[in-house]
Amino acid sequence: MIEFLQQLTNGLALGSILALVALGYTMVYGILRFINFAHGDLFMLGAFAGYYVAPWVARALPLPSLSGALVVLAVSMLVCAIIGLLIERFAYRPLRNQPRLTMLITAIGVSLFLENGGQWLLGAAPKRFPLLLPAWGQWKIAGLTMNSNQCVVILVTTLMLLALRFIVLNTRMGRAMRAVACNPDAAALMGVDTNRVIAFTFALGSALAAAAGVLFAINYPSIDPLMGILPGLKAFVAAVLGGIGNLPGAALGGLIIGITETMVAGYISSTYKDAIAFAVLIIILLVRPSGLLGKRENDKV
Amino acid sequence: MNIVHAKTWLVGTLLFGALACFWGGHLAPYPLFVVCNIGISIVMAVSLNLINGHTGQFSLGHAGFMAVGAYVSAVITNHYNESGPVLAGLEFAAALVAGGFAAAVAGLLVGIPTLRLKGDYLAIVTLGFGEIIRVILQNMDAVGGARGLSVIHGYTNLFWCFALAAITVYVVAGLVQSTYGRGFIAVRDDEIAASAMGISPTRYKVTAFVVGAFFAGLAGGLYAHSTQFLTPNGFGFMTSITYVVMVILGGMGNTAGVILAAILLTLLPEGLRMAADVERLPGVAAVRPLAWLVNTRMILYSLLLILLMLTRPQGLFSFRRQPGKPSLH
Repeated sequence: MIEFLQQLTNGLALGSILALVALGYTMVYGILRFINFAHGDLFMLGAFAGYYVAPWVARALPLPSLSGALVVLAVSMLVCAIIGLLIERFAYRPLRNQPRLTMLITAIGVSLFLENGGQWLLGAAPKRFPLLLPAWGQWKIAGLTMNSNQCVVILVTTLMLLALRFIVLNTRMGRAMRAVACNPDAAALMGVDTNRVIAFTFALGSALAAAAGVLFAINYPSIDPLMGILPGLKAFVAAVLGGIGNLPGAALGGLIIGITETMVAGYISSTYKDAIAFAVLIIILLVRPSGLLGKRENDKV
Repeated sequence: MNIVHAKTWLVGTLLFGALACFWGGHLAPYPLFVVCNIGISIVMAVSLNLINGHTGQFSLGHAGFMAVGAYVSAVITNHYNESGPVLAGLEFAAALVAGGFAAAVAGLLVGIPTLRLKGDYLAIVTLGFGEIIRVILQNMDAVGGARGLSVIHGYTNLFWCFALAAITVYVVAGLVQSTYGRGFIAVRDDEIAASAMGISPTRYKVTAFVVGAFFAGLAGGLYAHSTQFLTPNGFGFMTSITYVVMVILGGMGNTAGVILAAILLTLLPEGLRMAADVERLPGVAAVRPLAWLVNTRMILYSLLLILLMLTRPQGLFSFRRQPGKPSLH
């Protein structure tokens, strides 16, 4: 039982990182109906932004500290938001009125560009991510071991999910986002600046991916330019699992994938864990073809 | 492509392949390998075009079918050791077909979920199947697991590549042009209208997956006996993407365009590699003036891809605007 709870905690930490990435996929999908394949690479760029920003932050603040870590997190989120805006402006916006497959291929091109460009510019060898958080040690709660990094990851993710919920449900921009997701043409007629809303969505999604990247690197401190591919793919699976376009669904999907993966790695075999995410997805989609929380769309003649 | 002309083309290409095979003995191994790769790419892209282009489904797992065909045919030829060229040729053909059938069974398994799923959901499920096949191969010790599998015989030559490319194009184009095959296009253009006309979308979708997977399995066999070494990671998600890009760049459902795109996209990275090896450009003093291409080759490839999509979003080689373009919906 203790072992099971332990795996559950580990899965929760991994799942909340996947949930942050999945939210970016699902937000962009909800508004543009297109899979942003480059999203996993923004996760990678977030980790690298943290890697390069940390020495600068260390000059002003004591670095293995909570305040320093939060500054690094915020700066790399900002950097990735700007990169996300640039990608949207130059690669996706010119294709807005083309078939969605065209945008999909462009996204694959952007993804390849970021991966290969990253290997060329940042070096293909894995880098050691600096220590951002002091090791407060491990706590034993009723036989359960929790390390402080996992607590920070779960805490920060929860705060971000709440912030995102606030933005989407309670702000003017959030209302505009929901309007564009519902019907872009009608929203534009009502005076919503769709270009701004879409750009904001990309910035927000990219910032979340960057945050996930930094949190991931804090837990698994070896980063390289190809690190975004597999988490990106799994986050995409998580988004589809929860019903793509649905925000709570993405968070739920992320947690399910994270927990299943750690359970399989712990109880069955760690070499099968990459396939399990997909197997779960296929089984759930066979029962519920539009995801767990997705709305069922009826065919219209 | 008219059917009568198609037959002439088929016979012509087969003859050309046989001739090229005699001549190909004088070719250096590297150009030979690249030309074989072009043939494999054509088989993969044209068979994927049946699923993605003509039938309007969206498969991201074509490399998985290729992996099944590659491993099955490699295990068969590794097991038997024929000496004479005729027997060896027959054995290779049998191994290829067996690989194709194994892949077709996998295609049937993937085709079944398509009964309920559409668009992005289907895309992610096919991607998932591809990844599952990869992970299973990685864990199968009988075929070397993650260490990879050595293929003893290098049977693949220009003749096999040309012949299979020609047969694939002939079968896929002939199938789509036939009375039966019009159903694929009907399912793509409007599923509901098609089923109202008495066409079973389910049957056509599954048929497309099975036929497409069969040819991907053949391509896998060719690949296995060309590189003579297989690793599960060689059949990952990015490999599938490479072929999807060929189909979209060639123009969905446009066979001639897809063939051209397959040739172009196989040559492009290799061409950049060759350009990097140029010793001297006329009028440039530096030795190996294009050496910077070695490291930036794949960056240029991705930039070219983005640029092509921005400038020719309808596909590189489609000059007519077809009504009822397939979409992801």
